Amino acid sequence: MSQADPSGLGRARAVGFVLPGLVLIGVFLVFPALWTIYLGLTDYRLTGLAAADPQVVGVDNYTTALGDERFRNSLWLTLQYVLGSAVIGQAVLGFAIAWVLRNRPGPVKRITEGLVLLAWILPSSVVAFLWIALLDRDDGTLNTLLHTPGFAWLLDYPMLSIIVFNVWRGTAFSMMLYGAALENVPPSHLETARLAGASTLQQLRDVVFPRIKGHVLTNLLLISLWTFNDFTSFQLTAGGPEGRSEILPVYIYNVALSGGQLGFGAAISFLVLLINLVFAFVYLRLLRDRRKVVVP
Amino acid sequence: MTRGEPEESAETRRPKRDEGRHRRVEPPAGRAGGTAMTRHVLGTIGRATFLAVVLGFFSLPLLWLASAPFDAHPSITTSLPEFTFGNFRSLLDNPYVVSSLRNSLLQAAGSAVLVVVLAALAAYALSRVRVPGRDALLYVLLLLSSVVTGTAAMVPLFELATRLNLIDTHLGVVLTLSGGLLPAAIFILKDFMDGTPTSYEESARVFGASPLQILRHIVIPLVRPGLATIAVWAVANVWGSFLQPFILLRDPDKAPGAVILYTLYTEGGAPRLDLISTFSLLYSLPVVVMYVFVSRRYGFRFHGGIKR
Repeated sequence: MSQADPSGLGRARAVGFVLPGLVLIGVFLVFPALWTIYLGLTDYRLTGLAAADPQVVGVDNYTTALGDERFRNSLWLTLQYVLGSAVIGQAVLGFAIAWVLRNRPGPVKRITEGLVLLAWILPSSVVAFLWIALLDRDDGTLNTLLHTPGFAWLLDYPMLSIIVFNVWRGTAFSMMLYGAALENVPPSHLETARLAGASTLQQLRDVVFPRIKGHVLTNLLLISLWTFNDFTSFQLTAGGPEGRSEILPVYIYNVALSGGQLGFGAAISFLVLLINLVFAFVYLRLLRDRRKVVVP
Repeated sequence: MTRGEPEESAETRRPKRDEGRHRRVEPPAGRAGGTAMTRHVLGTIGRATFLAVVLGFFSLPLLWLASAPFDAHPSITTSLPEFTFGNFRSLLDNPYVVSSLRNSLLQAAGSAVLVVVLAALAAYALSRVRVPGRDALLYVLLLLSSVVTGTAAMVPLFELATRLNLIDTHLGVVLTLSGGLLPAAIFILKDFMDGTPTSYEESARVFGASPLQILRHIVIPLVRPGLATIAVWAVANVWGSFLQPFILLRDPDKAPGAVILYTLYTEGGAPRLDLISTFSLLYSLPVVVMYVFVSRRYGFRFHGGIKR
C-alpha cells in the first residue's frame, strides 16, 4: 500500500480526482472524434429535409469527395502549403537562423530571436491583419517599398502569399528547437572539421546533421501537423479567390459550416483526423525513445 | 529551452577563444592563408546579409503595428505617425471593442481556471497512485489532443454545442477549448508532481491531514511554477484562438476580441484603421507581457516548447 500510494490517497479518491478531467476530455475531445466517423457516413445538412431526418449514406461522401474537382484541388493546395511553408520554409529558415546565431550572444541575437518569436506569439487575428496591411493592393507597405502600386498580392498570388505568411508566422518554433539541438554539437568537432578544410555544407552534412537527426524528424513532424491543421489563412484569403488558396481546413469550413453540408464536411474531417493520426503515431514513437515532450 | 544568461555566455565563449587561437597559428602568408582569409571575410559578409534580410522580413509586417495605433490619420501604409493617443480613447468608446475584451478575459480566465484545477487534481492522483495502464492512458490522451484539432472536429463540435444548447454561450467556448488543452496540461503537471518528494505528504498524513488538505497546503505550493505555467499557457491559447469561438458564437455581443477584430475589417465596409490597428496592439499586449513574464521568471518557454 505505502509503496504504491505514499500519500494515502487511496484508489477510490484517486479515481475521484481524475474523473472530472477525464469526463471533460471524453465529452469534448474523444466523443467528437468518434462522432465525426458517424456523421461522415450520413447526408446530414444544416438546414432542409436532411437536417430533420439525416440518412446513413455509407461511403457516398467519400466517393463524392474523391470525384470532386474542388476537393482534389484543395488536397493539392494543402500539400503545397505543408511542403512549402513548413517542411521547406519554416524548417530551413529556422535552422539557418539558429545556425548563424549559434554561439553569438549579444544584441543582434536577442533582437533577431525576439522578432521571430513575436511573430509566433501574437494572436492569429492580429497577425492576419498585419499581413493584410502589408499586402494591401492600394497602399500596402510592400507595394510602396517595391514601387508596384496596385499589385494585388492576395488576389494574384494567394497561395504564395499564405505560404510566405506561414513561414513568417511559424519559423520561431524551428529556430528554437534547432537552437537547442545545435548545443549538442561539440564545438571542437566543428573546429576539427574546419581545420581539415571542410566547407560549411560538408560540416553540416558530416558533423552537425548526424547529431541532430532526431530533432530534425521531431521538428518536421510537428510543424507539418500544425501547418496541416492551420486555420489562420482563412483570415487572410478565406480560401479565395475562386478556391485558389482553399486548403483543407478552410475547405471543410466552407463546405460544412458555411455551405451547410455537415455530413460531407464530417467525412473530410475524418480524413484529416486519419492523416493527423499517422503524424502523431510516428511522433509518439520518437517521444517514447527520447523522453522529451513538446506541447502544441 | 531558454537558458540562464551565465550558462549561455560560458558556453559560447569557448568556441570564440578557439577561433582566436586558430587565427594566430594560421600561416601569415601564402595561398592557403589567403583563401582562408577570403573565406572568413565572405562568411562574415554572408552572415551579416542573411541576418539583415531576416530582420527585415520579420520586422516589416510588425512596423505597422508599432506606428499606426499612434497615428492621427492612419493609412494602411507604414509611415511616420503624427503622434497621438486619441485612437486609444476612441477605441474605448466603441461598445463592441470593450465587450469583446471582457469576453476574451472571461473565456481565457474560465478556461485557465478549469484547466488548472482539473489538471492538478488528475495529475496529483496519477502521480501518487499506481494504476495499471497509467502511462498508456496519458500517452493516448496526449495523442488525441494533438490529433483532434479544431479543424478535424469542427463539425461534431458545432453539433455537440448545438445539442447541448451551448451555442452563443461563454461556457461552450470554455468547455470546448479546455477539453483540447487538458491532456497536455495533465501530462506536464504530472511531471512536476513526480519531481516533488512524497516524504512531506507522508508526515502530514501521520499528523492526520486529509488528502485535500495535503494537496492544498503541501503539494500545490511545491508545484506552483508548474501551475503558473499551465495557467499562462492556457490563457495565451484561448486568447489567440479564433476557430472555436468563430463557429460557436453567432452573437457579436459574446464574441472575443480575436473574432471581433476579424469582423471589424471584413464586414465593416471601409475598415476603420484607427480602431483596428489600436485594437490589434492592445490585444497583443497581454500575450507578449505574459510571455516575457514566464520566460524571465521560470526560465523556459511556454506556448510551444517545453523540454524536459
